[in-house]
Amino acid sequence: MTRTAQRSNAAARLRAFTAVLGRDVFVTGRELPSFLAQVLVQPVAMLFIFGKVLGSLGYTQPGYAQILLPGMVALNAFLVALQNTSFPLVLDFSYSREIEDRLLAPMPVSWVAVEKMLFGAARGLFAALLMIPLGMWMLGEIRWELSGLWFAVLCMVLGSLTGATVGMTVGTAVPPRRINIIFAVILAPLMFTGATQFPWAQLGSLRWFQVLCAFNPLTYVSEGMRGALLPQVPHMSPWVCLVALVAACALFGALGVKLFLRRALD
Amino acid sequence: MHAVEVADLVKSYPKNPAPAVDHLSFQVQAGEIFGLLGPNGAGKTTTVGVLTTRVLPSGGTAKVGGVDVAADPVSARRKVAVVPQRVNLDRGLNARQNLVFHASYHGLPRRERNRLADELLERMGLADKRTARVDDLSGGQAQRLMIARALIHRPEVLFLDEPSTGLDPQARLFVHDRVRELRGEGVTVVLTTHDMDEAEKLSDRVGIVDHGRLLTLDTPSALIKALPGSGTVDAAVRADGPDEQRVRELLGEVAGVQQVERIGGADGQLRLRLYSDGEPSALLGPVARVLDEHRLPVTDLSLGSASLEDVFIELTGRELR
Repeated sequence: MTRTAQRSNAAARLRAFTAVLGRDVFVTGRELPSFLAQVLVQPVAMLFIFGKVLGSLGYTQPGYAQILLPGMVALNAFLVALQNTSFPLVLDFSYSREIEDRLLAPMPVSWVAVEKMLFGAARGLFAALLMIPLGMWMLGEIRWELSGLWFAVLCMVLGSLTGATVGMTVGTAVPPRRINIIFAVILAPLMFTGATQFPWAQLGSLRWFQVLCAFNPLTYVSEGMRGALLPQVPHMSPWVCLVALVAACALFGALGVKLFLRRALD
Repeated sequence: MHAVEVADLVKSYPKNPAPAVDHLSFQVQAGEIFGLLGPNGAGKTTTVGVLTTRVLPSGGTAKVGGVDVAADPVSARRKVAVVPQRVNLDRGLNARQNLVFHASYHGLPRRERNRLADELLERMGLADKRTARVDDLSGGQAQRLMIARALIHRPEVLFLDEPSTGLDPQARLFVHDRVRELRGEGVTVVLTTHDMDEAEKLSDRVGIVDHGRLLTLDTPSALIKALPGSGTVDAAVRADGPDEQRVRELLGEVAGVQQVERIGGADGQLRLRLYSDGEPSALLGPVARVLDEHRLPVTDLSLGSASLEDVFIELTGRELR
């Protein structure tokens, strides 16, 4: 193949990739209200009960809301990305088969997997960013260290990407008839072992739980964000968070693409 | 150059000892309508899966428009289009958007994809459904929309999987007309079906496969002509008369009759097909005489001609799959 032919080939593949991404953005735009409900109701309810209600009743110490908000933002980035990658895939490969059209687009099949992860991550990041003003307004008196904001955003981006790669792995590994299991066995444990409602570094008295939480990539998103925005709260070193997230992203990304190819090609 | 070239193709699955496709070879000429026939599980779908890059071959080669599908699947995808048996339209989009977005995946410029989408909706009789959601389309409309979607990126080879299963006769005829039009435009069509009538009417040539192997390949008329003992006589008697068993016995005893088979009878008649071991017209007289002697109310007696279905059954047997 000549070099120009190769270049036009690559351009065609890239065009197909952006067109497929464009389709997902377009459909999200059309379904915005249901998307917002999907990503906001649960974290807002949690924020309200744990940050506001328990606080006003005197069951949590003053300042707990401070610790909770970065965790909830991290939770949204990770879990929304995870769910928005895994659930559509489970449906696509079983009931609707919509994805077949994308799999026959003139680009490598692995790119379809990458597109799905990138788009899931974008939804997660969007949901996380929405939580910030909403949480500040709900909880009042949030004081963040603004110099740490860039690192917090980096953690959100990496957290969304990691959530999407885990979602790709789960969505392609779990057979469609076992979709319920995703909720019970995967989502709930991830939600409660991700250091979103508590600082991981202070778990010394519950050593076994601390070790367990260290296996959840979400822990590194929460800790990274909390460390950057609330440096006075005990936290994990930012470098540990960064390395752990990049490693988790690479590991689950590779695994997810591999499983996706197994499902997409016979 | 052949539009489709399959040479010594093998596909085996780890769990199954018998290969789904077993050293299959055939070629489809450009601009031809080619029918790929076979019982369920014969390997048709797997073969089409390989040709449309969704199934990775275990051996042999498969080329579409001169492109090796295993070596360069991305280029092959530009040359093929698939209309699957099950609806796989994009439910997040309306009818017209399904076409426009599909065209954008294939890199058609915006103005052209809009123009082609409108043109194809018109041609497929869906102009008034352009903004309909996929879930609101009838089976026939969804099928036509999938054909429109397949055509919008101007494929060289169109794969149609069971194109008229579940369609009413009007929709079936409409689809058949559109498929014939495509041949006129130089699009190669590969049709998989077990509707023999459809295959016989549409295909220029048919290949019959079973157990992953090609059993025969020719024009439908040549296949029928070559069928041993292809001559038959169809006889119908009023069903309110004698019982079926007795009529079959009587006719089975007529000299020259090889076999008697019931072919219908829902319309108040009992229809039987007699297979002759010689010239079928020689049966007409004796059969009429036997029926008359026993005072059976004959409603029809005619020379039947063998159909592609007879060829199919002859080659692939009668047992259920």
